Formats: sequence, structure tokens, C-alpha cells
Amino acid sequence: MSSIEIKNLHVAIGEKEIVKGFSLVIRSGEVHAIMGPNGTGKSTLAKAIAGHPDYTITSGEVLLDGRSILAMEADERARAGLFLAFQYPSEIPGVSIANFIRAAVQARLAEGEELEATAYYKRLYQKMDLLKIDRKFTSRSVNDGFSGGEKKRCEILQMAMLEPKFAFMDETDSGLDIDALRIVADGVNTMRGPNLGVLLITHYQRLLDYIVPDHVHVMWDGRIVKSGDKSLALELEAKGYDWVKKELAAV
Amino acid sequence: MKPSTDTDTLAPPAAEANPVEGIDQSSGNFSYKVDYAFDAGTGLSEDTVRYISSVKKEAPWILEFRLNALKKFLSMPMPTHWATKDLENIDFNKIRYYLSQGQKPKRTWDEVPDDIKKTFERLGIPEQERKFLAGVEAQFDSEAAYSNIKDLVSKQGVIFVNSTEGLREHPEIFKKFFGKVIPTGDNKFSALNSAVFSGGSFIYVPPGVKVAQPLQAYFRINAENFGQFERTLIIADEGAEVVYMEGCTAPKFSTSTLHSAVVELVALKGAKIQYITVQNWANNVFNLVTKRGVAHEEAEIKWIDCNIGSRLTMKYPGVVLKGRKARGEVISIALANDGQHQDTGAKMIHAADETTSNVIAKSISVGQGRSTYRGIVHIPKHLKGCKNNTECDALLINTNSRTDTYPAITVRGDRNATQHEASVSKVNEEMIFYMQQRGLTEGQAMSLAVNGFINDLARQFPMEYSVELKRLIDLEMEGSVG
Ligand SMILES: Nc1ncnc2c1ncn2[C@@H]1O[C@H](COP(=O)(O)OP(=O)(O)O)[C@@H](O)[C@H]1O
Ligand SMILES: [Mg+2]
Repeated sequence: MSSIEIKNLHVAIGEKEIVKGFSLVIRSGEVHAIMGPNGTGKSTLAKAIAGHPDYTITSGEVLLDGRSILAMEADERARAGLFLAFQYPSEIPGVSIANFIRAAVQARLAEGEELEATAYYKRLYQKMDLLKIDRKFTSRSVNDGFSGGEKKRCEILQMAMLEPKFAFMDETDSGLDIDALRIVADGVNTMRGPNLGVLLITHYQRLLDYIVPDHVHVMWDGRIVKSGDKSLALELEAKGYDWVKKELAAV
Repeated sequence: MKPSTDTDTLAPPAAEANPVEGIDQSSGNFSYKVDYAFDAGTGLSEDTVRYISSVKKEAPWILEFRLNALKKFLSMPMPTHWATKDLENIDFNKIRYYLSQGQKPKRTWDEVPDDIKKTFERLGIPEQERKFLAGVEAQFDSEAAYSNIKDLVSKQGVIFVNSTEGLREHPEIFKKFFGKVIPTGDNKFSALNSAVFSGGSFIYVPPGVKVAQPLQAYFRINAENFGQFERTLIIADEGAEVVYMEGCTAPKFSTSTLHSAVVELVALKGAKIQYITVQNWANNVFNLVTKRGVAHEEAEIKWIDCNIGSRLTMKYPGVVLKGRKARGEVISIALANDGQHQDTGAKMIHAADETTSNVIAKSISVGQGRSTYRGIVHIPKHLKGCKNNTECDALLINTNSRTDTYPAITVRGDRNATQHEASVSKVNEEMIFYMQQRGLTEGQAMSLAVNGFINDLARQFPMEYSVELKRLIDLEMEGSVG
């Protein structure tokens, strides 16, 4: 049983404060959804927790199983079990998906330990079958010239192979048609289980029809302003973000 | 640089056809304004040259060739007018021009000196591959220390010897082409090499013989202040095919050291030569190499050239496309890290109809590293059906890096075609973060990005070389992050 505790987190880009006192605890087995309008700081939150060097954590704490991760480099955090499915995944020309994931899996082995190639490919193909990904896919360069849907599927495949403790999935639904959305959601649902905690970032409720969250939070201007169960997502869908805004103004 | 007009040039004996006769090679020279003020240095004398020649028990014509080259070397200005003034820092007085361990070529692995084995170890070559390397001709200082692949290929009539042996034992074969593809006075450093050369490989492949395994040589510099001047000449007779691989590693030194090789290739009618180089010089090495081939009718010459390390590399492999339908190709990878300057490129000199050339150059500049692409494609007006394709891509690892491209493409006449593409890209922070988020260290992320950039070219290297190349890039990139 693992947990990630985000405590009163403040994040700035340059001088500008974007995340303004964000708190949330996620335990393994749980799926949380964060909804919020564009520009509210959802991606900034995810990238800051993942250790992006441009994002300064000005105050607050992030604890993984009770230990602060803020002094760790991005790669150490990743190896400690954090995974970020990017809203805009980078392209890596000339590096095949198979080789990239292999390097990432290798990076998790103890020094001097070599990844066994046949076992690796066997596992890779299993996961690909699960995600209905064509065998040819993994010989393509990572995200290079991919459609939006292919990029997202590539993120999910990496997540399946790396088996993180906690996954932050940033708008994994955007740019997907309904079939692709279903495949991606199926993938996440199969990974769902007692060893994985998920934070779904989205601003559409659509995804939550397929991946049903345990908790839903509304993020506004850098912090959580409302939390509830999955019915909150439906309410938000019906009433729009202005409803939250008005409620906030009333307080 | 003008072609030399010295009257005492060692003229080729009339009976021996000059393979590049009638081709104005100077049309392929880089023309920049020449400042004739120069300092040739005094460390190299006629005595040095005579000593080398006598140790090697050379025929009088070779001594004469060397002495003539020495004169040229001393009279030619430093080409500091083009790539860099750094050449002025070479202290020719401090260079030892010849060092022989008096070793006879060895045959078995057990007889290979320990420090050569250590070099292999440093390269991280796995145990099972070392066995394979038992077929390697490794240059130990100036003399070949080790060779046994020779026996294998000699059954096919292939001659694979070092330069001394080649000129001494097989003058009837090698004399005809020696110093003809690259005339002594081609540039100051080809003149220097011609005066003091030792080591290197001389290869002759008889008509129609296709050498199945690549012929290999490892060169290295292993004595401080020791300049290495190997000389290689490969002749593929009509319809013959050969692949030659050259790899270099050098331990780190504290003072500058000079490597100045000359490599000449001759592909006769329908022959194919592939020359593969992976070089990883120490940061203080001046690597000033002249490489050129002549491709006769329907022949093909391909240079695959990878330059990593060195303080300054100046190298522009060339092909003179002498016969109809000859093909020339240069695949080049250059990596310039902090304090390094890679001035590399290609020369394609079309001298017959329907000749084609292809140049693909990729350079990586890291930190203060600097890479320059310098290319020449020359297609004169009277030719028809000639084609050239040139592609140069540069990858910058940080904003301080510098890259320049000087492609000089002179295609005259409307019956010839050329295509040129160039790109500059950067390894961006987001890409590195993305890879780090998957668990790779910054260094691993960098080397993956760099390996990806050159991947399509690296695939053209033989397996063990592309593995080694990857390893070298990993080492470079590890060192490049803070
Ligand atoms: N690299 C950046 N430099 C400057 N401002 C940024 C950067 N990234 C995001 N921002 C700003 O931070 C705010 C929050 O952005 P983001 O976290 O992407 O929001 P969301 O993901 O909720 O749409 C926006 O105002 C955006 O313009
Ligand atoms: Mg976002």
C-alpha cells in the first residue's frame, strides 16, 4: 500500500505563481479525477510533481510513502514509481519505441544487471496485444509524426510496461476519437488495481464515462475548490465551470 | 591552395599511367584567400627522413619521394586561412616522427602486447568479441604489431600488408598508384605524411575477387608527443570488392599530439571499395587526414566516416569520379564536444558522364564544441547525366554550440542535377525531461537523443562498429552533463 501526499503545494514558473496551495492524497488502488478549465494549472501541477526543472516549487511538500521527493531529479522520481502521461508527448526521432521502453526498463534494474531481450519482447508484445497495438508500431520512432491518438496510445503502452505506483494522466483523452478513447480507457482499466494509484487530468467528463473515478476534484486558479464523487463530474458537465465560479464568489 | 609547380616534383615514370592524369583536382580544392606568411617549424629535418627510410630499408625512389615531400611540406603555408588558427599551435619541434619498437608482426592473440589488449579493454569490448578481434591488424606505434587476417585473404590472392612491406615487396603493384590519387603537394599535411609515413595498410584485391570479411585495422597513438603518420593504399582491381575498417582510440595525453594520415583508394572498372572509420581521439589530438579515392568506370567508392573527439579534425573524404557511371558516397558523422572542433565534409569531383555522388553528413555539437561541414561538389559543364545529392544535418546540444555549413556546389551545364538539403535542430529541454520522466538519467537521455539523430547512418556501419559507436557516444554524453 503506497501513497502520494501533495501538501499545500505552490508552484511558480519564473516569477509567476501558477499552483497556489494544492493539497491531495492519493492511495494505491484509487482513481482520482481533476477537472478544471484550461490554464488553471493542471499540467503545471503534474510536471512540477514529476520534477520538471522549469517549475519551481516555492512551498509545500510532496511525499511518496511518507518521504519527500522534492530533492530528487526527475529520473529518480520516475524510478521511484511516478509516471506522467504527457498532454503533449515529445518526439524522439530515430529512437524506436521498443528501444526507448527497453532503455527505460533497463534503467530500473540494479547496476550490472542486464535486461534479457527475449523476456522483454515477450512482455512488450503481451502489453501491446492488451492495448490492441499493432506489432509494427514499436519499430517506429517515439511519437515521431504520430497522430494525437497514436501518441496517447504510446504513453499508455509505456505506462503498462513501466508499472508505476502512481500515474498522472494529463488529458490522455484529448485528441482521441471514440474508438481510440475506448481502447485507452480499457488499457487503464486493466491496469487499475491495488498496486496503482491514478490521477486523471481532464476537462471533459467524457473520459470519466469510461474510467470511472473514485473521487472527482475541481481545480480552479491553482487549487482544488470542490471535491466529490463521480456525480460531481456530471454536475459540472451539466452546469459548466461558471457554476463553480459563482459558488466561489458567493463564499 | 594552388597545385604545386615545383620543377623537382617527383614525376611519375612515363611508363606508369597516372590514375588521375588529366583531371584537374585543384578544381576540387577549397579556395580561400591565402596568407603566405608562415612558419614551417624546424623539428623535422632531412636526417629524420633519411633515418626513417634507412630503418625501413627502402628503395632509393622512396627516399627520394620522401625528401621531395619534405621540401614541399617546408615550403607550403599552414592552411590557417580557412578552418582555424589553432593549427598554428602545433609545435612540429615537439613531435617524434618515427618510433619503431622493432617489432615483427604477430600472429596469435597471446603474442599481442598487454597494452594493446588494455586498449581493447578500455573500449569495453566483450570477451567473445575479443576473439573476433584476433583477426585485427592493430598498429602499435608506427609498425603493425599484429596481423593474421592476412593469411586468410592471401588464399584469394589478396595482398594485405603494411606500407613498408607493400612498397618493398610489391612495388610492381603499388608503385603505380602510390602518391597519385593524393599528390604529395595536395596540402601541407599530405606533404608531411609523404615525408615521414610509416604504418598503415597496403591492400591489393585481384580482379573479380570479393573479399567476404571486412579487413580491419586498429590504430592508436600511445606515446606522448608522438605523431602518427600512417599511409594506406587500397587497390581493387576490375570487378573486385573489399570493405576496410579502421578504428582509432587514444589514451589521454597532456600535450598536443598530431595524427596526419593519407589514404588513397583506387577502384578500377566495376570495383567496389567501402572504407569505414570510427575515430575517437583524445582531446589534444590534431587529426588532419587526407582521404581520397578514384572510381573508374562503373566503380563505387563509399566512405563511412565517424569522427569523435580530437582537438581539431580536418577531414574531407573525396571521390574522383573518373569513369562513366562511377559512384561516390560519403556518409559522415561528427561529434564535437567542449574544446573540440570538427571541420569535416566531402569532396565529389565528377570527371565523367553519368557519374553520381551522394553525401550525407550529420554533426553533433555539444557545449563549446564546434562542427563545420565543408563540402565540394564539382560537375563541369561538358558532362551530362551527372547527379549529386547532399544532405547536412546538425544537432546542437546547447546554445553555446556552433555549427557552420559551407557547401560549395558547382554544377555547370544543364544536363546535370543536384539536390541539397540542410537542417539544424536542437535537443530541447522538453525532450530530455520526457526521457528523464521515463527513468533515464540526463546523460542517458542525451545519448539516446544523439543516437537517434544518427541512427539512420549508424545502421550502415557493420554491427560491431555501430555497437562501439553507440558506446563512444554514451561516454561522450555522460561526460557532457553536469
Ligand atoms: N512554460 C511556461 N512558461 C510560462 N507560462 C506557462 C508555462 N506553462 C504554463 N504556463 C502558464 O501557466 C498557466 C497554467 O497552465 P497549464 O498548467 O498548462 O494549465 P492547464 O493544464 O490547466 O490547462 C497558464 O496561464 C499558462 O499560460
Ligand atoms: Mg494542461
